Amino acid sequence: MTIKDNGFFATRRLILQGAGAVALVGLGNLPFLAPALAAANDKYPEEAFKAKNEADAVKALYGKTAEASDKVKIDAPEIAENGAVVPVSVTTTLADVSSISFLASENPVVLVASYKIPAGTVPNVANRIKLAKTSNVIVVVEAGGKLYSATKEVKVTVGGCGG
Amino acid sequence: MASTIRVRATSNGDITEVQALIQHPMDSGFVKDARGEIIPPHFIQELTFEYDGRNVFVADWGPAVSKDPYVKFAFKGGKKGDDLKVSWVDNKGATDTTTAKIQ
Repeated sequence: MTIKDNGFFATRRLILQGAGAVALVGLGNLPFLAPALAAANDKYPEEAFKAKNEADAVKALYGKTAEASDKVKIDAPEIAENGAVVPVSVTTTLADVSSISFLASENPVVLVASYKIPAGTVPNVANRIKLAKTSNVIVVVEAGGKLYSATKEVKVTVGGCGG
Repeated sequence: MASTIRVRATSNGDITEVQALIQHPMDSGFVKDARGEIIPPHFIQELTFEYDGRNVFVADWGPAVSKDPYVKFAFKGGKKGDDLKVSWVDNKGATDTTTAKIQ
């Protein structure tokens, strides 16, 4: 075995140990992370708006994953001629809704908007969003501490992000 | 300067329906101008609706909300003639606030 090989194995071991340590730290932090996320709910979710895919955005926002539900209804056009202005609204029959978020799978920033729904506010929201190109519009609803989602594909003929 | 926020809040007795239209460029930071230079991001991050001393609706917005954003929601309660306070803050720290009477 050459010295070079030893070096390789040493590096590999270091990396493995590092990964193990990260995993341990990650696990150790989880119980503290959950309340921290809940507490940070009032703040602007900076991290969630940096996420590059839906799963990461939802995780950064809520710290858990969503399950598909037919109780969440998205109203959006099948085909949007202008991706810069796509009217999307959502209604849900779920009780105890505390938050509704809009995501677009193909946008450079997948999280579009996140709305806090305090008790007494009706869980129906309408807004207008930009879509870079044809993509899935995903709505995530937090109700009773759980996450529910619905997806609808919107075809875009002219993108909303220039270029 | 006239307010950037136009709000209409109408109560039907039980529920107050709120529609808001805000004038804002909502530049995403991904679009280039005519000279090929990127237009820096400039968008509203937080929009808050306050009624009777409590938040009834809070929006956290990213750059993918359309220019001159529109939003519609409804909340239980809210009496005709009462105030609904609306305010936003953007990523450059600019803010605007307006108060609308529920009709």
